[in-house]
Amino acid sequence: MNQDYIHIILADDDEDDRLFFTDVFEELKMTTKVDTFNDGVYLMDYLNSEDAIIPNVLFLDLNMPRKTGMECLKEIKANDKFKDMAIAIYSTSASEEDIENTFVYGANIYIKKPDNFKKLKKALSEVVTINWQYHTSGLNKDNFLLRL
Amino acid sequence: MKLFVKFDFNVVCTKILVEKLEEFGIKYAMLGFGEVEVLEKIPSEVYTAFTKALDEYSIEIVENQKSILVQKIKDTIVDMVFNEETINIKTSAYLADQLGHSYGYLSNLFSEVTYTSIENFIILQKIEYTKQLIIEGNLTLTEIAFKLNYSSVAHLSTQFKNTTGITPSAFQRIISKRRDILKK
Repeated sequence: MNQDYIHIILADDDEDDRLFFTDVFEELKMTTKVDTFNDGVYLMDYLNSEDAIIPNVLFLDLNMPRKTGMECLKEIKANDKFKDMAIAIYSTSASEEDIENTFVYGANIYIKKPDNFKKLKKALSEVVTINWQYHTSGLNKDNFLLRL
Repeated sequence: MKLFVKFDFNVVCTKILVEKLEEFGIKYAMLGFGEVEVLEKIPSEVYTAFTKALDEYSIEIVENQKSILVQKIKDTIVDMVFNEETINIKTSAYLADQLGHSYGYLSNLFSEVTYTSIENFIILQKIEYTKQLIIEGNLTLTEIAFKLNYSSVAHLSTQFKNTTGITPSAFQRIISKRRDILKK
């Protein structure tokens, strides 16, 4: 019944950001499985496919070509299949209003992309730890809001 | 006459296990290597009868003692936070007393299994309770702070912001906007 690793997906069009991201998870002490997609269309094609494995946490970059993070977010929230998946917006700076809007449209987490590896590691570790608590301690996911 | 039989223990045990799982109406998936994934929550009386039935064949469910104790710690904390009579009691003494282990042992075990500390878990629970009370909308933040035994409303606000990254009022605004969208 217990899944012994945390499954994570990142959708981001920036290759360096994807690389940093996967490197961080290799260094964390938790067992994780990380998949990455280059844009929102690839991501949604995968998530909507029948044999898709729904991740525990999805990290979404806001500015992606073809389909933006916000478009993905709205599509995901409209589908009950994804109700157990936590959504983290992972983005470079945005206005206060844009940040609040991602929460309003159902994001659980907002992370401003940190400018160095150490901070990124700390932020991602915090996200995964808190998400794990929601996952394993029966907390109400509807109230799960976290900004880093 | 003598008969010589040869059997495959793995096949025998798996077959017994499958028969028993079906007999007790448990929805399952066999994962191989002695692992069974249970797809629905088993009522505790069914679980007890099921383990007893397996016991006849000396098949034992291996339970992870550590995870069980961690679950007990969590349950005790949740009870404590959500109960006005116990929220003022010192947690370390209460946990040690309720669970019969030293706090040092419980604390180390908890961090090892959950990747977080008991202290952080308590804060998280209190903030979750605060969120619930904010959404219910019957109490002001000052009243919530008093109810959860915070020294001041500022203390609660700060802890809320430190834990979630947003202020209690932003939380309230976001949740109510979300509701408006759902209504449309």
